Amino acid sequence: MMQFPAEQAGNLHRLAPEIVLCAFGILVMVIDPFVGAAKQKRLGWLAFAGALLALSVVRVMAYDPGLAYSALIRADAFSIFVHVVVIGAAALAILGSLTYLENEGIQRGEYYALVLFATAGMGILAGANELITAFIGLEMSSISSYILAGFRRRAMKSSEASLKYFILGSFATAFFLYGIAMIYGATGTTRIDLIQDALARQPAQELAILGLGLIFVGLGFKVVAAPFQIYAPDVYEGAPTPVTALLASAPKAATFALMLRIFDVSFGTAGSLWFWAVWVSAALTMCIGNFAAVVQTNVKRMLAYSSIAHAGYILVAFTASTAIGIAAVLFYLAAYALMKAGAFLVLAHLGQRGEKRLDIKDYAGLGAKQPVLAACFSLFLLSLLGLPATGGFLGKFFAFQAALDSRIVWLVVIAALNSVVGAYYYLRVIVAMYFWEPSKDYTPTAVAPSLTTALACAAAGTIYLGLFPSRVLAFAKAAADSLPLR
Amino acid sequence: MLLTVVTFLPLLGVPALLFLRSDDHAWIRRIALTVSLAEFAISLFLTPQFAADEPGYQFVENHGWIAQAIHYHVGIDGISLFLVLLTTFLTPLAILCSWNSIREKVTGFFVAILVIETAMIGVFVSLDLFLFFVFWELTLIPMYFLVGIWGHERRIYAAVKFILYTMFGSILMLAAILWLYNVAGTFDLPAVQLTLQMKLPLAPRTEMLLFGAFFLAFAIKVPLFPLHTWLPDAHTEAPTAGSVILAGVMLKLGTYGILRFCLPLFPDAAHRAAPYIGALAIVGIVYGALVAAVQPDLKRLVAYTSVSHLGFVVLGIFAFESIAIQGAIYQMLNHGISTGGLFLAVGMLYDRRHTHEIKEFGGLATPMPVLMSFFLFICLSSLALPLLNGFIGEFLILIGVFQNHHAWAAWASSGAVLSAIYLLWAYQRVALGEVSIEKNRALPDASGRERLILATVAATILLMGVASPFFTRRMEPSTDNLLRQINLPENARRSIPAPQRVTLTSVADRRVQP
Repeated sequence: MMQFPAEQAGNLHRLAPEIVLCAFGILVMVIDPFVGAAKQKRLGWLAFAGALLALSVVRVMAYDPGLAYSALIRADAFSIFVHVVVIGAAALAILGSLTYLENEGIQRGEYYALVLFATAGMGILAGANELITAFIGLEMSSISSYILAGFRRRAMKSSEASLKYFILGSFATAFFLYGIAMIYGATGTTRIDLIQDALARQPAQELAILGLGLIFVGLGFKVVAAPFQIYAPDVYEGAPTPVTALLASAPKAATFALMLRIFDVSFGTAGSLWFWAVWVSAALTMCIGNFAAVVQTNVKRMLAYSSIAHAGYILVAFTASTAIGIAAVLFYLAAYALMKAGAFLVLAHLGQRGEKRLDIKDYAGLGAKQPVLAACFSLFLLSLLGLPATGGFLGKFFAFQAALDSRIVWLVVIAALNSVVGAYYYLRVIVAMYFWEPSKDYTPTAVAPSLTTALACAAAGTIYLGLFPSRVLAFAKAAADSLPLR
Repeated sequence: MLLTVVTFLPLLGVPALLFLRSDDHAWIRRIALTVSLAEFAISLFLTPQFAADEPGYQFVENHGWIAQAIHYHVGIDGISLFLVLLTTFLTPLAILCSWNSIREKVTGFFVAILVIETAMIGVFVSLDLFLFFVFWELTLIPMYFLVGIWGHERRIYAAVKFILYTMFGSILMLAAILWLYNVAGTFDLPAVQLTLQMKLPLAPRTEMLLFGAFFLAFAIKVPLFPLHTWLPDAHTEAPTAGSVILAGVMLKLGTYGILRFCLPLFPDAAHRAAPYIGALAIVGIVYGALVAAVQPDLKRLVAYTSVSHLGFVVLGIFAFESIAIQGAIYQMLNHGISTGGLFLAVGMLYDRRHTHEIKEFGGLATPMPVLMSFFLFICLSSLALPLLNGFIGEFLILIGVFQNHHAWAAWASSGAVLSAIYLLWAYQRVALGEVSIEKNRALPDASGRERLILATVAATILLMGVASPFFTRRMEPSTDNLLRQINLPENARRSIPAPQRVTLTSVADRRVQP
């Protein structure tokens, strides 16, 4: 175990994005003390460059897919797809953070380093072929996220978010670890692609199924699936808004990727056993997310509940548990990352200093004052709602299609009705922005070029996915096919 | 190409409007009007090129869009041809009638009108279920803004009610569309139709569920009693142009959807549901008429006449007679023009007095004889006076319905009588007698612009009243064809093999390239 043979050194490129992310993270940490307090923003640009570089070295990974590190990591089309989503979301969040941190007076180099480390952890989650490796990725991303959530440390809400996230998150990871132990006990392996063979050989699977249940608890927490979603509104509301943009999009993508690997690759043969658990969880998640969002007046909190609802829609595609379903989940994750990160980044700007202006009343008449920003926000909201010609619609469309293809009819009906409930609260923000009289005490502030770039990318991506999804869909399908399904 | 141009031309006006300075109202109006008139002129080329005796789709364009299952597939037949023309005809009028009454956020208003025009035409020309659904949903957002921003006092309530009602219906339709895809393996309407007819794979219960999902979406849009409650609010609160478009074209999206999707895709379910739907339609005819009669608000009165008139259309469709369906399509056009005209006239009154209350008017024929004469003329068309367009539509429907359902026809005729009561009574209270309120005495008569609008409407009413064969001749092959499909005996459907299944994601065989 301790040797470092040439074969493994030759595998480094299959971890290229993580290496780049960690290297830049360390670089930022090292340079940090030598850069004056006034110039910390430059570290943000450095981190952004790191994210872009990581995004481009994903191509290196794609050049030679295969196993790495004694088969602990599996670089395949699936992992590549999720890497692009995760790193892309992180890049957007970094761009959105630059001016936000400046306004809040918390411009610090370690913030960006933590974002990069968290992203690297999510990358490992996406490519893990072994449960303990996945655990390491999960911890890496979680611990960084706990700190990031509390980064506005003078704000009570932010500290509360951090603490809540930490305590409940630790519980969840403990469940995950227990699950791994059970599965190891039942099958004698922790390798995701070997578990299915081990399960096939032995008739009694109770222990493994128990392990799978515990894993669902742990990962369900991360993707905010009911009934493990309770922390999400507080954490998402309390965390600094660009961090929320990251938390709501990237970890969800990475964790869903791991769930797909475990549920469909390892336990694909035991599909019927977990089907109803996920079915019920999906229905609950959608209903709780949507109905709770209806009564919110704080827009940030409303969007937090909407993240829960969207986790439910993704679970609908997840239940399908076919190649089409996996492709639908991946497509949804890409569209969701763009629109959700975009929406939260708009809030990061609108909230103004100290995140004081997050109530729906504060946005009255925004359409007249800042037409471009309001139009951009409307686009993200309409995409979250699922209006045709946006990425959000096609995400739902493929998800429902995949579920119906597996004859999961009633869950789709529940999801469809839920999206009408969703229409109510997304449209309410648009009502406020366009139909209400402008609020007198609001002075719009100019949007910084970095944030403009981030929003423009997210908006363009949302429309691109809505009008010309073929290419991304083809990638998603190729990703699904690259999994060693039974 | 022509059909694509007709569909997307209005969108070309949008960037032009956005480049203008937002306070340059005169040019914004002129550009919007020019675009919509150019659109109307180009759409007129459809008629001479349209082969009148061809039952199938014409001007067909079919290109791949998403994966292999979703196509940009458009085309029109005798059912949709005139609905496209109705849309392009009413839009310039809607723009003209907003000439002076819209003073705030002018750019946004005309952008919304042009976008909605493209979306509505898109619904009428789509031959792909997915494409259809995209356009169907796209009609909602501009209308939502039209009502919510430029509407009257309770506009926000009306806008939200409108959009939630319609979305509720359409989302279930989306689920049904996906189900159909899973059965037929394609979103292409003719292909899906062929598969359902030939393979007959749907169990009666499934067919009824799918029919219900589609029909609910359309019935809300029509609106069929008892799903009509969003309509009076939306109509009353919308600005005049919004009401014209809403009543003139958007309600027809519902009846058109029934004709294009519900009947040919689920013929057996349609036959089984027909008695109930017919009954609801008749309730709608009578109820709409009675409620309209007692409205104190003129615009609300006109709104309720829509419930009654659209009841006629639905009744005509579910009579399953070619002549009744032609009548139904004719009545769709009539309703668009006549009710659109009524809303235009009511809007002109509102511009002068800023109220819709009937009791605020009275004796208006004295100060404004021209406007009131046109108003009377449009009322007469709406209540189906012979020689005017409304008569043709109702008459064809009643003939067709009478052939198989005597009782239906009898009840429906009562609606025709009631329409004379409420419209003439309303006209009497608004226009005849002494001028009851002093400030009405000085109201100006119709301006040149308003005369142009009303004269155009009146001329079209007369034209459609005397030259109906021009229209029905082009509809007949398509309606006959439709009926042949839905009355096909079951055993004839099984004999032909089903088309190949194409999967949504099969393009993905291309691997990720390094």
